[in-house]
Amino acid sequence: MAMAEVPNLIPAMPEIFLALAAMTLLMLGVFQKAETADGVLRASRLTSNLGVLSLVLALALVFTVSGGTLVSFGGLFISDPFASYVKVLILVASGFTLVLAQGWLERQGAHRFEYAVLVLLATVGMMMMVSAFNLMSLYIGLELQSLSLYVLAAFLRDDVRSTESALKYFVLGALASGLMLYGMSLVYGFSGTTDFAVIRTAIAGEASIGLLVGLVFVTAGLAFKVSAVPFHMWTPDVYEGAPTPVTAFFAVAPKIAALALFMRVMMGPFGDLAAQWQQVIMTMAVLSMAVGSFGAIAQSNIKRMMAYSSIGHVGYSLIGLAVADVSGITGVLVYLTIYVFMNVGAFACIMAMRRGGRAVEHIFELGGVAKTHPGMAAALAVMMFSMAGIPPLAGFFGKLYIFLAAIEAGYYIIAVIGVLASVVSAYYYLRIIKVMYFDEPGVDPLDSPLPVTITVVLAVTSAVIVLFFAFPSPVIRAAEAAAQSLF
Amino acid sequence: MIKAIVFLPLLGAMFAGILAFVRVGKDKHYKHRIDTYAQWITSCFLLVCMAMSWMTFADVGLGGNAYTVTVLSWIQSGDINLNWALKVDTLTAVMLVVVCTVSAMVHVYAIGYMHHDPDVPRFMSYLSLFTFCMLMLVTADNLVQMYFGWEGVGLASYLLIGFWYSKPSANAAAIKAFVVNRVGDFGFALGIFATFIMFGSVNLDVIFGNAASLANANILVFSGEFHAITVICLLLFVGAMGKSAQLGLHTWLPDAMEGPTPVSALIHAATMVTAGVFMVARMSPLFEYSDLALQVVTVVGASTAIFAATVGCTQFDIKRVIAYSTCSQLGYMFFAIGVSAYQAAIFHLMTHAFFKALLFLGAGSVIHAMSDEQDMRKMGGTWKLIPATYALMWVGSLALAGVFPFAGYFSKDIILEAAWAAHTSVGNYAFWLGITAAFLTAFYSWRLIIMTFHGTPRADEKTMAHVHESPKVMILPLLLLAAGACFAGWGAYDWFVGHDAEHFWGNAILVLPTHSALEDAHHVPAWVKYLPLVVGGAGIALAYVMYMFVPSLPGKVVQAIKPIHTFVFNKWYFDELYDAVFVKPCFGIGNGFWKVGDQQIIDGLGPDGIAHATQETAEKTGALQTGYLFHYAFAMLIGVVLMVTWYMIVHVG
Repeated sequence: MAMAEVPNLIPAMPEIFLALAAMTLLMLGVFQKAETADGVLRASRLTSNLGVLSLVLALALVFTVSGGTLVSFGGLFISDPFASYVKVLILVASGFTLVLAQGWLERQGAHRFEYAVLVLLATVGMMMMVSAFNLMSLYIGLELQSLSLYVLAAFLRDDVRSTESALKYFVLGALASGLMLYGMSLVYGFSGTTDFAVIRTAIAGEASIGLLVGLVFVTAGLAFKVSAVPFHMWTPDVYEGAPTPVTAFFAVAPKIAALALFMRVMMGPFGDLAAQWQQVIMTMAVLSMAVGSFGAIAQSNIKRMMAYSSIGHVGYSLIGLAVADVSGITGVLVYLTIYVFMNVGAFACIMAMRRGGRAVEHIFELGGVAKTHPGMAAALAVMMFSMAGIPPLAGFFGKLYIFLAAIEAGYYIIAVIGVLASVVSAYYYLRIIKVMYFDEPGVDPLDSPLPVTITVVLAVTSAVIVLFFAFPSPVIRAAEAAAQSLF
Repeated sequence: MIKAIVFLPLLGAMFAGILAFVRVGKDKHYKHRIDTYAQWITSCFLLVCMAMSWMTFADVGLGGNAYTVTVLSWIQSGDINLNWALKVDTLTAVMLVVVCTVSAMVHVYAIGYMHHDPDVPRFMSYLSLFTFCMLMLVTADNLVQMYFGWEGVGLASYLLIGFWYSKPSANAAAIKAFVVNRVGDFGFALGIFATFIMFGSVNLDVIFGNAASLANANILVFSGEFHAITVICLLLFVGAMGKSAQLGLHTWLPDAMEGPTPVSALIHAATMVTAGVFMVARMSPLFEYSDLALQVVTVVGASTAIFAATVGCTQFDIKRVIAYSTCSQLGYMFFAIGVSAYQAAIFHLMTHAFFKALLFLGAGSVIHAMSDEQDMRKMGGTWKLIPATYALMWVGSLALAGVFPFAGYFSKDIILEAAWAAHTSVGNYAFWLGITAAFLTAFYSWRLIIMTFHGTPRADEKTMAHVHESPKVMILPLLLLAAGACFAGWGAYDWFVGHDAEHFWGNAILVLPTHSALEDAHHVPAWVKYLPLVVGGAGIALAYVMYMFVPSLPGKVVQAIKPIHTFVFNKWYFDELYDAVFVKPCFGIGNGFWKVGDQQIIDGLGPDGIAHATQETAEKTGALQTGYLFHYAFAMLIGVVLMVTWYMIVHVG
């Protein structure tokens, strides 16, 4: 009997580091003297700053281990260019939102050190999802992420809306997890394994009915995580109810992780069944684009509007997945990259919406912002134009690559629907700009000056969105390499 | 030299056009200086052109040296090969003299007439532009170039009728002129296309060279075979009808009097409106091969002559009377062409240009004196106050009425004689209508003179006190035109239609030997020769009786023939007819397309409908979000069930 071998830890270095960092920060926070308000503030700032630092270090580690494809932990864990690319996006998204969150929580009087710890744990979970190469590790990562997010949604525990949204999220999330677990068990039952590579070889050729049902349930669980229609119902309520920094976090990092996982699962173990699931994904894509476009129009709360917007963006991404070839996956990755910056920028502006020290969320509150806060108005206008897909801003290229992939693969109808949906969605994006630039300011203007963190984040994201068209090739090359590794 | 004649006016137009953009502000002296530059540059250029056109006339017309000058290569595409070329033969030379002389006189006259106007450079620029386009038209060596000039004068006419663009009636008149001319131009364009189909070229020399060989060819129109040259000629004649305001397409000409009076004299009397006559004369080698086309031309021309003459007898606006007179005289020219007396038509064109420009400018002088009053019922008793104008109007009217030895006598007589000498039914029709029209012409001419200059003053005292003779700069051009009206007739008779005609015209005009009306016109019975003179005298006498000696008579006559008078006074209800037949239905169709087609169907289903549907869909999508947890869970489960069902049906079952 051989001694249990120590697995190769190198591929999982970023995750291991980040998990240890999260635990360390938890200890640090717990053992801080937090009897006084001052102590609470100090503790939260310390963990937040160290948390951001940890994310940066983890990012560095991702770069050191990236390159080839390494499978470790007995086939549970994979590190390939695809995983590395997505991890970079996740870490950047988590980092930006954590930076923004601290200031907002302080202004709201809700700063507690647990926030950073929870974000780090959720991030570890996401990275696990992305690197999962087995249904078991997939589920572990997914649950680590989800549980952290449920808690984050309820972070303002005295706030009814926050707790209500967390409860809804939790219950529906549990339902989704249950569906997915059931699907996994079916897959295991009909293929005899949970390993992605083995599943793929096992189902090569004829797929049994049981396996297909299992696939449906797994798909449903994943669709819930990416909030694709009809598993999207939680999104508007949770986005509206959760504290704004949490919403910002929800809108970027978990979305990316879940979409990456979706791609990994569909292209990996079930890659040979593409002909079977493509139409289902396309239907979801069309429905998501439609609901995202039409749903947002009637909204007056900007966070709720952003929820529908994100549903729509998921719809566009799913087109890339439905195409199921290298250019499609490349398109999704490019889209997600741009999506991170657009959403971080937009939410930075939403977090800056305060009047008389109170956070406000209605779209009409932005009236006349162009006169009182020209910089912020310009930045938000850039984000909105970009989301509407107006050239030469980055959002245009995101959509371009997706639609191009669909057209090259011959899926003309879905490309046309996508373009039409983006026309409809332009309405509500442009409405924000119209409100900012053409409406009269309210009685008293929004608070100013903007916090430094928000200003810096806005400057960075705006620069990325505006200048992307000049230097797109590094991103596109990296995305292409990442997409290649899935095939 | 011919290039200088054609392009100097363009140069002048450019200069004046640039000056029109100079902002003068409120500085009166500065404005005056700018105006003076514009006036003298354009006028001097035109005077130079005038001198050179006379020299060209002497060289080409009298010397017999016809030539063609190529300026530039224009279009080379497939079978079409066009040059900017200036074709100068006798016909062109005559037109050059007419256009340049009248234009130069009008330019000089306008210096005085328009000196109060705030937009003098613009006016001078338009005048010169018009002159350039007109010269382009008459020197064209191919139909496309002629069409360029044709449209160019149409544009200039539009700009000048609407020169006082703050007057709604001027704008309406400008648009009317443009639209009615469009109808004619469409015919002209179709004629050019048909020519190209038949001849494979639009070059005049090529067309004329092949006309005889295609005399019996047919062309397919709407799946019917028609005599090709007749089709072409009728289409071209539609164009000529529009430009020369012949019956049917004449409605724009009286309204065009909304433009400044020098414009009426230059464009709507002497030159542009004769472009149709010129064009048909130019195309004589085609018209000669189509008897039907010539008959149509005769009938239309004669009908126009009588129609316009009757209307002219009833109008009160001094300029409108002259406008209808122009219309009527153009009718004479056309029926002359119809009986193959092209030379006579051009002869009348030339003399008419002098005396009609004289009449218009004289009328302008009167209007100027009467503080911009145009209604003859508010004039009268002014002949002692403006004797020079009075005398010049007499000269013009004598020429118009065809009194010996003024210009009109020679040209109108030869036309009427040719019509009689044609010995055809249409020729007789034209002759008798022409005689009647001559009577009416004399009548309304003296009606105009008596109402304007004699009797008791009917204007208010302030106006009467202000009545003054026009400045020299306005009278001098009139004198030159008056000289033309006096001497152009007997001076040029021999060249145009007399003994030297054959040598004079050279190859410019083709008349088949069988069409000998003009030749026979010299051998008509004496009563034919004297009848026009007699009816002219009778017309003058009747006018004296009615308006001078028994001023109550006109009212009684009007009462006696009330229905006829009303019909004529309302211009035979042409405007009302067109309004009912074309304008109203057009508005109806337009309104239909706009309100039903655009607003209801396109907007309703398009922008508005989609926006509305979007709004509704958005509300419904929002309403799905009930907030109830069990609804959300239910939606998820339904989704799973649907997906499973779909797999079952499509991939398994």
